[in-house]
Amino acid sequence: MTINQFNTQNLNVGQKLAIKYFSVAVVLFAAQILFGLIAGLQYLQPDLFYGVLDFNVNRTVHINAMIIWMLYGFIGASYWLLEDETGISIVGIKWGHFSFWLLTVAVIIVVLVYLFIQWGPGTDATIWFINEGREYIEAPRLADIGIVICMLIFFYNVAATVSKGKVTGITGVLTLDLVALAGLYLAGMFYTTNISLDQFWWWWVIHLWVEATWEVLVGCIMAWGLITTLGASRKIVTTWLYIEVALMFGAGILGLGHHYFWIGTPEYWFTVGGLFSALEPIPLVAMVVHAVYDSGKHGFKSNNHPAMAWLIAHAFGNFFGAGVWGFMHTLPQINLYTHGTQWTASHGHLAFFGAYATIIIAMFYFAVQKWRGGVTIRGDLVDSGWKWKWSLALLNIGVMGMTIALLISGYEQSQIERAIGGSTWLGYFQAQIHPWFVEGLVWRQIMGYITALGFILLVWDLLTIGKKEPLELESKVA
Amino acid sequence: MNKNKIWWSSEQFWKKTAIWVTALMFVILIFLSFDTINKITVGSNRVPSYSVINKQISYKFDTKRNFQVPVISEQDSPLFGKKLTEEQAEKLVTHGKKIVQGRNCMNCHTLLGNGAYYAPDLTKAWLDKAWGDEKYREQLMINFLMEPEKNARTFGSGRKMPNLNISKQEAQAIIAFLKWMSSIDTNGFPYNFNAISQGEK
Ligand code: HEC
Ligand code: HEM
Ligand code: HEM
Ligand SMILES: [Fe+2]
Repeated sequence: MTINQFNTQNLNVGQKLAIKYFSVAVVLFAAQILFGLIAGLQYLQPDLFYGVLDFNVNRTVHINAMIIWMLYGFIGASYWLLEDETGISIVGIKWGHFSFWLLTVAVIIVVLVYLFIQWGPGTDATIWFINEGREYIEAPRLADIGIVICMLIFFYNVAATVSKGKVTGITGVLTLDLVALAGLYLAGMFYTTNISLDQFWWWWVIHLWVEATWEVLVGCIMAWGLITTLGASRKIVTTWLYIEVALMFGAGILGLGHHYFWIGTPEYWFTVGGLFSALEPIPLVAMVVHAVYDSGKHGFKSNNHPAMAWLIAHAFGNFFGAGVWGFMHTLPQINLYTHGTQWTASHGHLAFFGAYATIIIAMFYFAVQKWRGGVTIRGDLVDSGWKWKWSLALLNIGVMGMTIALLISGYEQSQIERAIGGSTWLGYFQAQIHPWFVEGLVWRQIMGYITALGFILLVWDLLTIGKKEPLELESKVA
Repeated sequence: MNKNKIWWSSEQFWKKTAIWVTALMFVILIFLSFDTINKITVGSNRVPSYSVINKQISYKFDTKRNFQVPVISEQDSPLFGKKLTEEQAEKLVTHGKKIVQGRNCMNCHTLLGNGAYYAPDLTKAWLDKAWGDEKYREQLMINFLMEPEKNARTFGSGRKMPNLNISKQEAQAIIAFLKWMSSIDTNGFPYNFNAISQGEK
């Protein structure tokens, strides 16, 4: 029996770089889950690591690891498909490797500082070197500059390669989208005492990333995935991509207003934000229709079943996490009570996992397949593929379970704290000690362990899948 | 079927639509942002100047707007009994905000409803009834911030705020920031907030 080892000879220049990004992404994903579990446990046992590794530290690592592993996943995915799309080798690949190491060293330092220094005095030096104290973009200013440099190098590589090679609809959209994605980061890079203005710009980064530029980026990855795995028609897929861009930006840009209800900003945002954000689910429905239709039309015939399954999981996860869960609390009449409660956390988990974690996991499967020399990985593997099937199931059940548990706690909290208790110190804790709330958090923790189990299985599977399978060429008949 | 003749299935049509829709929405957003930034600069109606910490602030129901709004009284009620100039007030609030960032308060608490959900929202913390009486509020807040473990309430949850090594001076700056933040017009969020005795009686 043949053993297909991981061999970088099987990869093109961009893909060799991509697997580096993917590898670090998996490690950071592990860190995210570990620190999420600790933070979740502190809700149930507040004395755990009290005064040593406090909730805010764990939460910072949890959500920062997430943002960074997803960015690594996106950069890796772009490098992965660039050569296929443009037909030429990446232009500045040396710089690509350089910026990979720069970014990785920076990330390691930032995490160590979060964990061991944790805080600083109220000076500019703290903001520059320790912690900026703003959710998701806590990274100190110096690290921000490093991130911007790496993003610029990455952008140069994409833009230069695309402009020299063949410009396709996918790479055209991808290039323009990356300009916006990197540019938006700058909106989060200055200090202001005015907390209203602070939050105004902060949402430019967070919302216009996840509900505009990231959505379009994964739209590009999806389009490429449908063409390569299923042989879908490029013309149709590209047309769909343009429709999705029009709908996503058409609704998502002004949908930003759903974060401007309560931060000091004027009342017209009730109308603008409520209306446009309520339209945001439309492109997400279109994406599901598109993915499922294309897959069905091609009879789900693919030589990479796990990747295919995760792409479908992405389409549905995006629709439910962002579209349904987002829509449920997006109108100001509801958001007045759900704003800043476990409701928000429920949506945040399903949306980030469903929309982004899923599609990057699909990329991991594309990567290991080719890295092993183009093996066929279907449902009928030698070990019947139990690992990928179980990790797919456990991860999705786990996150969905956490989402529902948090939703129940969130309902209780918006009722008892926000509506009745008036969101005072006392009102807050009346909601937190209510049995319905506590039960929700217990179930979140249980479902968190299931998620973690699924993740461990995923890593094991990625390291072993396809090792003993026939190469694609030999099994073309099926 | 001739693909080229159906306009709504043409790649070119959707490409152009995507570009124009994006551009249009972006222009509208820029336009609204300019307007909004104007309306939320410090010293505007919605976001009062930092010297508001010299005044008494309360949170009252406005029948016209149908929700509670911050009300700033005419008479002085300077924070820590010291009336500050606009510059001094700005310096103090700025110091407070930077401490809030440096200590990473927002990964336990929410401010204006944004942040983490492990601890109470601080938007109107200055006006919280749990401080008992306006007379003791400043001292109680200083005590709490400096020694949150000794002054813990937790209301049966056992969830305490850790000691973050906050000095008296830093506590005062934080409280200035919290007092100023409570004066921002947040369109009635938090709803139904039962504020500390507001001297109306
Ligand atoms: C590790 C999590 C954590 C961090 C970090 C944290 N807090 Fe707290 N804070 C809490 C908890 C929990 C309570 C409730 C304590 C109690 O009831 O005894 C609380 C209570 C408070 C209160 C009183 C509640 C109210 O509604 O008025 C204030 C004010 C406060 N914190 C301010 C801050 C400030 C300012 C910072 C940053 C310098 C900060 N906290 C950082 C967890 C935290
Ligand atoms: C993949 C896309 C999306 C992701 C990853 C995402 C993620 C998030 C996250 C993490 C938050 C919490 C932010 C915080 O920490 O304060 C949030 C808030 C919010 N999201 Fe989304 N979201 C997505 C799409 C949507 C969509 C399509 C809608 C509406 C239809 C929506 C509506 C909202 C609203 C209203 C809030 C504010 C909640 C509050 O007031 O506390 N989201 N989102
Ligand atoms: C594996 C088990 C996990 C546990 C136990 C867990 C736990 C937590 C906890 C306790 C918080 C803080 C919420 C708060 O402030 O009260 C949090 C926040 C968050 N987590 Fe997780 N998490 C897990 C996995 C994940 C995964 C897989 C994702 C997405 C891919 C994710 C995305 C987020 C996001 C976006 C937030 C911020 C939410 C917001 O501010 O609204 N988490 N998580
Ligand atoms: Fe949003």
